[in-house]
Amino acid sequence: MASRNLILAFESSCDETSVSVVEDGHKILSNIIATQIDSHQRFGGVVPEVASRHHIEQITRCLDEALDQANVTYDDLKAVAITYGPGLVGSLLVGVSAAKAVAWAHHLPLVPVNHMAGHIYAARFVNEFVFPQMALLVSGGHTEIVYMKDEYSFEILGETRDDAAGEAYDKIGRVLGVSYPAGKTIDEWAHAGHDTFHFPRAMEKDHNYDFSFSGLKSAFINTFHNAEQRGETLDRNDLAASFQQSVVDVLVEKTLKALQQYPVKQLILAGGVAANQGLRERLEADVTRQFPTVTLIKAPLKLCGDNAAMIGAAGEVAYRKGQRADMSLNAMPGLSF
Amino acid sequence: MKILAIDTSNHPLSIAITDDDQLIATTTLNLTKNHSIYVMPTIEKLVAIAGWQPADLDRIVVAKGPGSYTGVRIAVTTAKTLADTLQIDLVGVSSLKVIGAHVAQLQAGRPTIVIFNARRNNVFAAGYQAQQGQMNEWLAQQHMSFEDLLQLVEERQEAVSMVGEFDAQFDEQVAQSPAHSLITRLPANYAIPSAYDLAILGRSAQPVTQLDEFVPDYLRITEAEANWQKKHPGELKQSYVREV
Repeated sequence: MASRNLILAFESSCDETSVSVVEDGHKILSNIIATQIDSHQRFGGVVPEVASRHHIEQITRCLDEALDQANVTYDDLKAVAITYGPGLVGSLLVGVSAAKAVAWAHHLPLVPVNHMAGHIYAARFVNEFVFPQMALLVSGGHTEIVYMKDEYSFEILGETRDDAAGEAYDKIGRVLGVSYPAGKTIDEWAHAGHDTFHFPRAMEKDHNYDFSFSGLKSAFINTFHNAEQRGETLDRNDLAASFQQSVVDVLVEKTLKALQQYPVKQLILAGGVAANQGLRERLEADVTRQFPTVTLIKAPLKLCGDNAAMIGAAGEVAYRKGQRADMSLNAMPGLSF
Repeated sequence: MKILAIDTSNHPLSIAITDDDQLIATTTLNLTKNHSIYVMPTIEKLVAIAGWQPADLDRIVVAKGPGSYTGVRIAVTTAKTLADTLQIDLVGVSSLKVIGAHVAQLQAGRPTIVIFNARRNNVFAAGYQAQQGQMNEWLAQQHMSFEDLLQLVEERQEAVSMVGEFDAQFDEQVAQSPAHSLITRLPANYAIPSAYDLAILGRSAQPVTQLDEFVPDYLRITEAEANWQKKHPGELKQSYVREV
């Protein structure tokens, strides 16, 4: 039995191939991330078959580098953690197949990890977790508020009914001629502009914690195209600021409402869109003012996107909780908490 | 040499372990279910039955396509990762050859064409011919329309055997083709790959030298890629993936 608490983690749910070695659930020894973004930019979004093909090109190189950089061997490992969903099935299958092969070859336990649990545990690299806890998870594929009564128990309080927040950024980005993924550029423009268009705040008054961004997206596109037809050019910074303000308002309002109903000790902000400066600043300000006893933990910027270190952090807890998969583990593209 | 051979290119899944050319154990499934569920449990079971450890393996042989993209990827990812992590040799063999080389041996010098259905009346096809104890490539593996394949047989005016995934449309086209008298269609049981044959083909082949670069032979670029290349001639980069 390995004396060190080392988890080898794989992540390949979308367009990043990543392998990491994590010690004690909160120390990154290596976190190799091969991103395919330059490839999918050509198509304006992730093409699943192209993504799967890139993953298989990268997987063993990432594995070898992760072990090299961490300066460990297979004998030092305690378990292999793997993202088995949610995500693109073809992409997931590359990581799942590789992780199973490694686990079998070295007689290591295989620990299945939900990708969204991984995003939450990216915040574990910042602070120790104290429960009960809540997480606002925002990414290109997901927007949800998750309540965690205890360690590794997940209850979805609310989620998006249509587009994920990141998806909405990409769609309006396309209208503005911003290349995929649009989040970072829109965020930058938004900081230089003002909310002059007052786009709708969807479901803000509803008595639930669900989100909807398709109405906002349509309002944005209509405003843009109507102006175009009139031969007017709208200020792109103001457009971006107005869009972002609406997204952030809804995300923050719903989260604050959930905090009122569910008293927690920590609030976690995680997922790809958690890198958005507008969202980080606003959530920080509002939580500090309205819930001074709640500690906000923002996932580190470089761990907001998909990476295997976060899977290793979640996997370490799942391992302690006795979660195991056998060799028949399959990819679960629609996996939910 | 202890060999593990894996083929999940199409509906059948076939796994074998051999000691040199001696078969130790093999399993073939013909379910249309996800190979991901059965590949590793089958490997685990066969190796355990043989009383081997994973570390006892000397070589992995994998059917590297063409075939179902997802199917081929499961076998290749599994094989490539096993070879990498156990630091042993990896050999890739054409999935068409796994069937073709075996069947051609039984055809007494007559060329054997293997086809996999590639949808929209297209096939992945290759031809093999056993001559003086050697296995020759009669037709290099390629992605082509079934029509073109029939025309090629007609042009070469050689009697051939055909084996593989036929649908009603293919049968109809063969019946109406001028090449029809040249073609003998073999029964469906010839079209089930055997990983034992794969192991034998891979036993004497040269192992892969650049393991990380090893990818399936899809024989077809993705539609998105094809459309993009049409619009951006000459812009193709060496690599679209970078470490961050």
